[in-house]
Amino acid sequence: MNRPVDIEVEVERYELIEPARYRFEVERREFMRIFGVMGAGVLVLASVPGSAQESGRTGQQSASSDVSAWVHIDERGRITGYTGKTEIGQNIRTSLAQAIADELRVPLNRVSLVMADTDLVPFDQGTFGSQSTPRMAPQLARAAAAAREMLLDRAAAQWNVDRATLGVKDGQIVGQGHSAGFGEITKGQKLVGAVPASVSPSPVAQWTSRGTAEKKVAGLDFVTGRHRFTPDITRPGMLYGAIIRPAGYTGTLTSMDDGAARALKGVTIVRDGTFAGVVAPTERLARRAVTSIKAEWSVPSDLASSQTVYEQLKKAGSTGGGRGGAPTMAGDIPAARAAAARTLDASYRIPYIAHVPLEPRSAVAEWNDGKLTVWTGTQRPFGVRTELAEAFRIPESQVRVIVPDTGSAYGGKHTGEFAVEAARLAKAVSKPVKLVWTRAEEFAFGYFRPAGVIEVKAAVNGSGRITAWEFDNWNSGPSAIQTPYDVANRRIQFHQSESPLRQGSYRGLAATANHYVREMHMDAIARALGVDAVEFRLTHLTDERMRNVLTAAAQRVGWPKTSSPDRALGIACGTEKGSYIATAAELSRADKGFKVERLVVAFECGAIVNPDGLKNQVEGSVVQGLGGALFEAIEFAGGKLANGTMAQYRVPRFKDVPVIDVVLLDRRDLPSAGAGETPIVCVAPAIGSAARSFGTVATELPVKLL
Amino acid sequence: MSTYTLRINGQTHQIEGEPNDSLLSVLRYELDLIGSKFGCGEGACGACTVLVDNQAMRSCVARLSAVAGKTIVTIEGLGGNQLHPVQQAFLDAEAFQCGYCTPGMVMATVSLLRTNPTPSEADIARIMDRNVCRCGTYPRIVRAVKMAAERTRNTEGAEVRR
Repeated sequence: MNRPVDIEVEVERYELIEPARYRFEVERREFMRIFGVMGAGVLVLASVPGSAQESGRTGQQSASSDVSAWVHIDERGRITGYTGKTEIGQNIRTSLAQAIADELRVPLNRVSLVMADTDLVPFDQGTFGSQSTPRMAPQLARAAAAAREMLLDRAAAQWNVDRATLGVKDGQIVGQGHSAGFGEITKGQKLVGAVPASVSPSPVAQWTSRGTAEKKVAGLDFVTGRHRFTPDITRPGMLYGAIIRPAGYTGTLTSMDDGAARALKGVTIVRDGTFAGVVAPTERLARRAVTSIKAEWSVPSDLASSQTVYEQLKKAGSTGGGRGGAPTMAGDIPAARAAAARTLDASYRIPYIAHVPLEPRSAVAEWNDGKLTVWTGTQRPFGVRTELAEAFRIPESQVRVIVPDTGSAYGGKHTGEFAVEAARLAKAVSKPVKLVWTRAEEFAFGYFRPAGVIEVKAAVNGSGRITAWEFDNWNSGPSAIQTPYDVANRRIQFHQSESPLRQGSYRGLAATANHYVREMHMDAIARALGVDAVEFRLTHLTDERMRNVLTAAAQRVGWPKTSSPDRALGIACGTEKGSYIATAAELSRADKGFKVERLVVAFECGAIVNPDGLKNQVEGSVVQGLGGALFEAIEFAGGKLANGTMAQYRVPRFKDVPVIDVVLLDRRDLPSAGAGETPIVCVAPAIGSAARSFGTVATELPVKLL
Repeated sequence: MSTYTLRINGQTHQIEGEPNDSLLSVLRYELDLIGSKFGCGEGACGACTVLVDNQAMRSCVARLSAVAGKTIVTIEGLGGNQLHPVQQAFLDAEAFQCGYCTPGMVMATVSLLRTNPTPSEADIARIMDRNVCRCGTYPRIVRAVKMAAERTRNTEGAEVRR
């Protein structure tokens, strides 16, 4: 169960099989381009073959799962890291730079990052699956460490001194009466290096920037509003686009009366197959033009609704495909059930929910001599580059995707249809075009976290031990589907299905649904047996890290005592993406059920890189989890969303937020795991199990008292 | 089409438009005042909050005809050469993640502190409830608002004593 350690072991083993030098020659052309942009100096590549990552999407043309990073130090000693990862609010522009700063023994403000510009950075699969901290940070650290060693080598040679007597301090190579800045040592040279096997990132004990609460890089640009997100990008001569859409989330354009729009000065109508949009000199005019167009759409009949979807998902998963793969089996389920003192079974429904990133999906597209440049907020810049190249039948080398630091994504920005749309409009008018989706488009034409049905069956023996665990998940996803509890007889299966709504990745993806059902069922069994929910879990847990977070959360919340007699406590624990979480919820009674008064979260993700940034991520993840736990669910029928606006689809606001008490367990002996996703997974089961003290809780999300 | 006089951050602009055109669209896409963000276009998220005659207003649903002639302040008009105390407090409390809601949150806070210099946490939650931070940094924003309130009081107190 010790996942981050496993990942590290895998990395080292693969490295021996496939040395980095082979990759280096392939990348040489790229290096030369960096020297062209950044000037002479030292440039180091670090790359390791990657492993399959969950993204919810596949089919990338230039598919490579390598995790690559470059570090460049120019003649003036300026240090730049290059990574294909995107900053979407998770603070990696800061935390990744911290890794470089440490290895080069400089303060954080000496380091900058070039991120997610497909013409400037090495290929990357995308920013998802909590991989930036465990996978990308070590590559940047290795590259920086190798650059440091190269500088020491050069200095020793230039000064003709014993290399062992030289050191690195405050951006200088010093020793033997000599001292010189990084830039001076490489003046006029273009040094390229790979990471030798002898170089590895500094141990945690030597961290200086990492492990401290460094302030977010460029924070000033956010509080002043100066940062340019994609919707804020402007280009010379830029025009504004808008897309003609059906009233619901689906439909095929059959006819269109655009007479009124054509009469508007400066408006261009663009129609290509089923695509239809407008371009106008101002955003206001583009909007006006779109509203003036009367379009007819054919919408299929017999579409699923939020009522019928569960039956449909289960049916399609069981009979029509069932591509989820074979079940995980252990032991003998029928024998365990036959010998059981009691059995407890339940079936849960998980609705579709929306990401609602505050920055809508948007893009600015520009064509120059057949080369397409697109600024867009996406978690997969190289994936979007592929989408664009395919859409316009041009080589990927003719497409550049640049991702400005983005106004959040939460797994919702893995695709680039808005980039394709903007590029199509720009091509039609031969001018740069900006397209910003409306909030209604966001809801209807983005994608959702998958809905699903989850069935769980447990058998318990006479001494109160779970002897059999069966877990079937239809469509919501396989993340964290395995149980961390020690149960001898298991059958666990994910059944992929045909989703009536467009679905994809989401923060934590199915780990939230699977944790919800698993932990609610653990709580139900404990209640049925009349045993304490924490004790019951501990008797089934050998994983020390899980035991530690569970115990820490229980202690902090004062388990099993509530802070006042009319309140109720609930608790849940879990692991996902290599980190461990336990959440305790304290509820009070309210008019229509309950109110969440307090959440206690114990979280452990190995060695902490930036304690304040981490706390921010944990709190934010918990707040986002509150939405799915308490009120978020997409309602739909007849091809239309019933709550596809910000006013109708409720997301957590100030008044919804309880006291959140975060306990961070710093395991400096363990590698750092990602932290943006995992804290979301136990919010709903903590609340749901607490609510059981007030009455019967529905077997669905959001949590509801019957 | 009519001509509307918009007074924004001390400058006067003559804007041609329809009465129902949104103020935010003009600010962002014609005057390049991009600090006010487009979040929902429904007046439901607060990312576009500006001050109109000192009142917080959602500029995405503010019509040109309704704001013409009034005094409009956007985030670009706060603070002058240095940060406004509210901006400084948001920076110090690191009350953001992606930062997309931040200008709207800052403007809403400026408006809140103008009418209530000593807001309780409940006051903050009630007034600021119109602004969404999807990253969920609400606890930090509450801290930033309180920090800004305290600093403003101290500064003003010092000025009065002088």
